[in-house]
Amino acid sequence: MSLLEVRGLTVAFRSEGRFLRVVEAVDLDLEEGRILGLVGESGCGKSVTARSLMRLLPEPPARIEGGSIRFAGNDILALDEAAMRRLRGDRLAMIFQEPMTSLNPTWTVGFQIEEALKLHTDLPAAARRERSLELLRRVGIGAPERRLRQYPFELSGGLRQRVMIAMALACGPDLLIADEPTTALDVTVQAQILELLARLREELGMAILLITHDLGVVAEFCDEVAVMYAGRIVEHGRVADLFARPRHPYTNGLLASTPRLRGRRGRLPTIPGSVPPPDRRPPGCPFAPRCQRVLERCRSAMPGLAGDDGHLAACWNPVR
Amino acid sequence: MIGYIARRLGQAVFILIGISLVTYVLVYLIPADPVRQIAGRSATPETVESIRRQLGLDLPLWQQYLRYLGDLLQGDLGRSYIQKTEVATLIASRLPATLELMAGAILLELLIGLSAGIYAASRRGRPADRAIMVASFAAVSAPQFVVGILLLYVFAVQLGWFPIGGYGTLWHLVLPALTLGLLGGGWYARMMRSAMIEVLRQDYIVTARAKGAGRFRILFVHALRNAALPVVAMVGLDIGIFMSGAVVVESVYGWPGIGQLAWQAIQRVDIPIIVGVTIVAAVAIVLGNLLADLVAPFIDPRIKFRR
Ligand SMILES: Nc1ncnc2c1ncn2[C@@H]1O[C@H](COP(=O)(O)OP(=O)(O)O)[C@@H](O)[C@H]1O
Ligand code: SF4
Ligand SMILES: [Mg+2]
Repeated sequence: MSLLEVRGLTVAFRSEGRFLRVVEAVDLDLEEGRILGLVGESGCGKSVTARSLMRLLPEPPARIEGGSIRFAGNDILALDEAAMRRLRGDRLAMIFQEPMTSLNPTWTVGFQIEEALKLHTDLPAAARRERSLELLRRVGIGAPERRLRQYPFELSGGLRQRVMIAMALACGPDLLIADEPTTALDVTVQAQILELLARLREELGMAILLITHDLGVVAEFCDEVAVMYAGRIVEHGRVADLFARPRHPYTNGLLASTPRLRGRRGRLPTIPGSVPPPDRRPPGCPFAPRCQRVLERCRSAMPGLAGDDGHLAACWNPVR
Repeated sequence: MIGYIARRLGQAVFILIGISLVTYVLVYLIPADPVRQIAGRSATPETVESIRRQLGLDLPLWQQYLRYLGDLLQGDLGRSYIQKTEVATLIASRLPATLELMAGAILLELLIGLSAGIYAASRRGRPADRAIMVASFAAVSAPQFVVGILLLYVFAVQLGWFPIGGYGTLWHLVLPALTLGLLGGGWYARMMRSAMIEVLRQDYIVTARAKGAGRFRILFVHALRNAALPVVAMVGLDIGIFMSGAVVVESVYGWPGIGQLAWQAIQRVDIPIIVGVTIVAAVAIVLGNLLADLVAPFIDPRIKFRR
């Protein structure tokens, strides 16, 4: 059984008196120790999906309207807040896009790393400190004794993201959710952070949900990939399969307009037209207004995910 | 840090000279004649003139001021026209009551204002938040004497829990301090609420939640410290404001503070006391500000003492 199993996750936001669905019927599967890439253009619902998994959405205005999230035997959407708190930071951890603003400016690095240990273990202070030092070394931070005493404003963006990772790893989580962990960093630092994540996965055996809008990153670091468009998963499969034989016209378009994939980092290549915002999504397939393979039925009925051998696409007229 | 404090105090001397000058000129412009007040209605013109000469009030303004400034720089605030006592002695005799009321008022302001503000922010948009906002609006717009008299009537006259007025024990302090604490607490509540709401939106609050921190921990460990700076600055300001006395509350409760001293001096055009109290208040404002600036780096490590 998978470590993480998401079925039909639907999330709406209240806006001007009505609820708009920004994430719709999302399915995801992630097995222990694997890296799943969640890829899609900005605003397609990646962060909302990620935060739903940890129940970190602000409710209101957010509302989870349906679906189920199973994580390591827990029914996440049914847990009470206390049980959810016990999972957060312990077995489920998360790092964010903005390392510059994601650390508390008024507490030391040491305090913030040790906090998860304080909350989830009964290690004595000396052992917590020992563990914090070990975590900093593990994420490749030199002079860890000094770093523990420093404040976030004294560190560079890359170092802060490493601190965030050390913090997330404190209790040895089964799943690390990394929401665009390198988008805000310099290109060289991006590569270092991604390589660090890949190495940690090898060493610690945790699963990673890696959110990105960069297909190059997916190709290089992920085992599986889910492509998201306008709040829905439109294609899902092993990286090798999906990159070699994309089935959804959206994925196909993305790959076709990416001339040299490996090692190339940047924004998703553009396809003519733009993503419809949540309040202007057409009935039927959300990609229909931009799709070259559009059929009559695409405009009225939403295709479900279908396919074989774990390679699924939501399309009435797939490329292959 | 010692150097920093010395530099700040050095600057303060110039601020004080400026304030003494402005106060002196303003008081001089008041169309009331202090000599008439001292001499009384039936005094002969000769008596009036001799008093005027004695007090040096026959000299041009700039000479009067320079003489005053010379004394001031030696720590001499002059003598009261009416009571003939040293102004410094008069102020010193009022100082314990004023400091006591200041301490009580600031303590209650913080207690009431911060807890209400933090709670409102954590319940943003819900009935509890709205109720606190309405109450704090009422507090900041209520006149001091209305609240003072109301508390006096209910808790001293009707219930008899506290003395009806006067000064001495801690029981005497409760109602006047509570009056100031409730009214000032309204400002603190509003300020604390908006600062907390701003902080609770920050990314690092999500990080803390993702770590498994609970509501209480989020508010008091992660948010409060980041929202505390405006509060510290306001306490610094309050120290100055309360030093010049809480005139209305002191009158309602017969509290022998600097406010009463100043009020009487204004009625009698007792210029040395008026200027003296103003200068003492200015010193308190400068010290309060300095204190706030010294505390700030301990709250937010990004702030360093400026060189
Ligand atoms: N707090 C919020 N209030 C209202 N709408 C939101 C909020 N957060 C996200 N959304 C909406 O949800 C959609 C998906 O956002 P998000 O998941 O952040 O996209 P991304 O894929 O770039 O991470 C966007 O259309 C955004 O407008
Ligand atoms: S369902 Fe139709 S419109 Fe949507 S992607 Fe497939 S072919 Fe294009
Ligand atoms: Mg995002």
